[in-house]
Amino acid sequence: MAAEAIGWWGVPLSILAGTLRGSAPFLFVSLGECLTEKSGKINLGLEGTLLTGAMSAYAISYLASDKWGIPTSVSPWLGVLVAGCAGMILGFIHAWLSQQPKVNDIAVGIAMIIFGSGIAFFFGKAFIQPKAPQLPTIDLGGWSTMPALQSALKISPLFIFGILLAPLMAWFFKSTRWGLFVRAVGDSPDAALAMGVSIKRVRMLCIIAGSFLAGIGGACLSLYYPGLWSESISSGQGLMAVALVIFARWNPIQCLWASLFFGGAQAIGPALQSVGVDQGRYLFNAMPYILTLLIMIITCSPKKTLSGAPGALGTING
Amino acid sequence: MAEVANSIDQNPIDQVDQATPTVIHAAAPPDLEVVNMTKRFGSLVALDNVSLHLKPATFHALLGENGAGKSTLVKCIMGFYRPTHGDVLVDHHSREIDSPRDAQRYGIGMVYQHFTSVPAMTVAENLVLSRLESPSVINWKQEMEHLATFMESSPFKVPLELPVSQLAAGQKQKLEILKQLYLKSRILILDEPTSVLTPSEADEVLGLIREQVTDRKLSVLIISHKFREVTAFCDEITVLRKGKFAGTGLVKDLAVSDMAEMMMGEKREPTPVKKTAQGEITPVLQVQEMRANKDNGVEAVQGLSLTVNTGEIVGIAGISGNGQREFVEVLAGQRSPTGGQILVNGEAYGMTRSEMYKHRVFVLPEEPLKNACVAHMSVAENLALRTFDLPPQAMGILVLFKAIREMATGLITSFKIKTPSPETPVGNLSGGNVQRTVLARELSADHINLLIAANPCFGLDFAMVDTIHTQILAARNRGVAVLLVSEDLDELLKLSDRILVISEGNFTYDSPIEQADFKAIGQAMAGH
Repeated sequence: MAAEAIGWWGVPLSILAGTLRGSAPFLFVSLGECLTEKSGKINLGLEGTLLTGAMSAYAISYLASDKWGIPTSVSPWLGVLVAGCAGMILGFIHAWLSQQPKVNDIAVGIAMIIFGSGIAFFFGKAFIQPKAPQLPTIDLGGWSTMPALQSALKISPLFIFGILLAPLMAWFFKSTRWGLFVRAVGDSPDAALAMGVSIKRVRMLCIIAGSFLAGIGGACLSLYYPGLWSESISSGQGLMAVALVIFARWNPIQCLWASLFFGGAQAIGPALQSVGVDQGRYLFNAMPYILTLLIMIITCSPKKTLSGAPGALGTING
Repeated sequence: MAEVANSIDQNPIDQVDQATPTVIHAAAPPDLEVVNMTKRFGSLVALDNVSLHLKPATFHALLGENGAGKSTLVKCIMGFYRPTHGDVLVDHHSREIDSPRDAQRYGIGMVYQHFTSVPAMTVAENLVLSRLESPSVINWKQEMEHLATFMESSPFKVPLELPVSQLAAGQKQKLEILKQLYLKSRILILDEPTSVLTPSEADEVLGLIREQVTDRKLSVLIISHKFREVTAFCDEITVLRKGKFAGTGLVKDLAVSDMAEMMMGEKREPTPVKKTAQGEITPVLQVQEMRANKDNGVEAVQGLSLTVNTGEIVGIAGISGNGQREFVEVLAGQRSPTGGQILVNGEAYGMTRSEMYKHRVFVLPEEPLKNACVAHMSVAENLALRTFDLPPQAMGILVLFKAIREMATGLITSFKIKTPSPETPVGNLSGGNVQRTVLARELSADHINLLIAANPCFGLDFAMVDTIHTQILAARNRGVAVLLVSEDLDELLKLSDRILVISEGNFTYDSPIEQADFKAIGQAMAGH
């Protein structure tokens, strides 16, 4: 391992590398969830969407290059697109079910986690063994002679797309008519109704678009980092991303910072392991989960409602 | 006032209007007519063959008791509901109005009873959002300039950059009306627009709208319960009774008693209030320097002190949102105070179930379905919420449903609760009957010591209001200490022995009822 050569400096370096690599799924899922929750619905099912996205991206990338003869420079991108579309289908199911009268979106979300992961495991069985072409990376570490730094700065174009997406979404909420509609629907459905906005349609579109992003987040997992398909690939990242949206106060820019933070936390365990700290490695690997719990405890207060929370969140329609 | 309307038109999308403002404003608002409208919800007939004519540039009041069909009628005009039968004519042409957006196209705009602005957004965002043809991408610099010019010339001012959640109720109501002016609605439908305003604020708002009507810039259809406002500002009235047309006429030809008769069907005098003098007076509730926060952590109650004695009704007036809700929630045990002390019968009171039972404290909170009932539980179970764990309704840890049912049947008869059965979930009852259920539970106990009531008559009809007032007074005459928090000043003036005014979490007025001055109360409510 290269980190051994540079000793303890390897720890921050591999945390940095882990942050740049591991944040992308958090970022996509949390932006997707941010959009969904801004419209007043919760989609816990994004965990299932993430898995389905990861599986379908990997499968399509492999099938396209190996069976259909599409060049390996194109096939992973095709995988990303299909992952997004698979996400949209799951999103549609969630949007439709959760907007039925007297249906609770949390319950539907939990069902969708199980359904999404079930679908992914069912169709994904055949793709655990084969090696699918991976997404290309942009090497930002060319200036350095240190191989460790070079490999740390191999960044996925998807991650850059995600970073750009955060301010774009913030701008969408602030300065577009549709963005204002989404916020109105999420904060005060009565007001939106009085303006003649169709709540169902806005929520449907938001949930579908959010699930598209979550599907792409899945593609990041299987086609970039860690870059394989297995059933334990997400390890709850989709659910953590939902918690992360609360931590980020429903603000897309803060979703970006929170995703980087969680990505970094995830890298602590492997980073320490790489310099030989084996003691308590399971504890360090559990860092993201511990952080999720801590954030929930810190941000929850019986005396205060969360500022920034969309007003209609958690209310049952009909 | 002519400049006012001109600059309302200064809007990026209406360059054409701007060029020819005189032509636009020479024309009066459109003529609106509703012909033979019927609306059925399943088997319920909410509107039965109702007609109404809103002539151009008139101020028209729509009167009726709760459930008379006023809201249904305006919702049909606005396109919220599709009428079962009947027509809406705008300028003598029949129009299909399927949504509020269609109504907006014909220049009809509505100001709702509840606020329809989005609380988390700023005033500016709300105004831009309300516009039908707002551009897909909003150029905030340009919009802010236009809004500033609009605001400068509008009849009321509201700060543009503030989130709506931080506006006072009066400002929110002004914003709702401003929104319609911003949209250039020529026909305004106002649904009880002054229910959250002080009398002087109400006069200001209605007065400014009246000027617009007199200048032939607007027609107004207002739903109101307040005869004072109808006689002061309106030209014509139409009255509905139980979904049917009950009469129409010019305000100048009608006396208040005529209007009341049209509304109720027969003359009904409210039961006269009889207060009996009390013998020995002892303090029951003593609140000392109480402090409490709102949900968002901002201090709502800023050190309130008051004493309520036996056989006394202490009324607290104030516009909603000035801390009275939090104050009542603390006393009801729904919110933890951040400071101060509460004594009942001279002992520290911690709002626990055992203390409530020991000191005989009962509460009639506002929104009874939310604050005093479990909506999915039956009427009988809700009636037993205070007593189900005590004999005779319980034996050890066992609850005796037979006893609960018997008690409930008795209360349902004596308090005239209209329910299909004692097992019906209380959430299925109408608002008035939910209030009766709570009233039965809270007032049926033998020894009430302290009664705390918050807006007990909100949204109820004449007969129900009368029942509640009589019950509260009867309790007072039995020696119960009553704390009555209400937004209805008439109710407070009628019932209270002492009246206090709360404004921004402080008491700004305190007077025995005999010396209370209506004008000073109004000023204290407005925070002066």
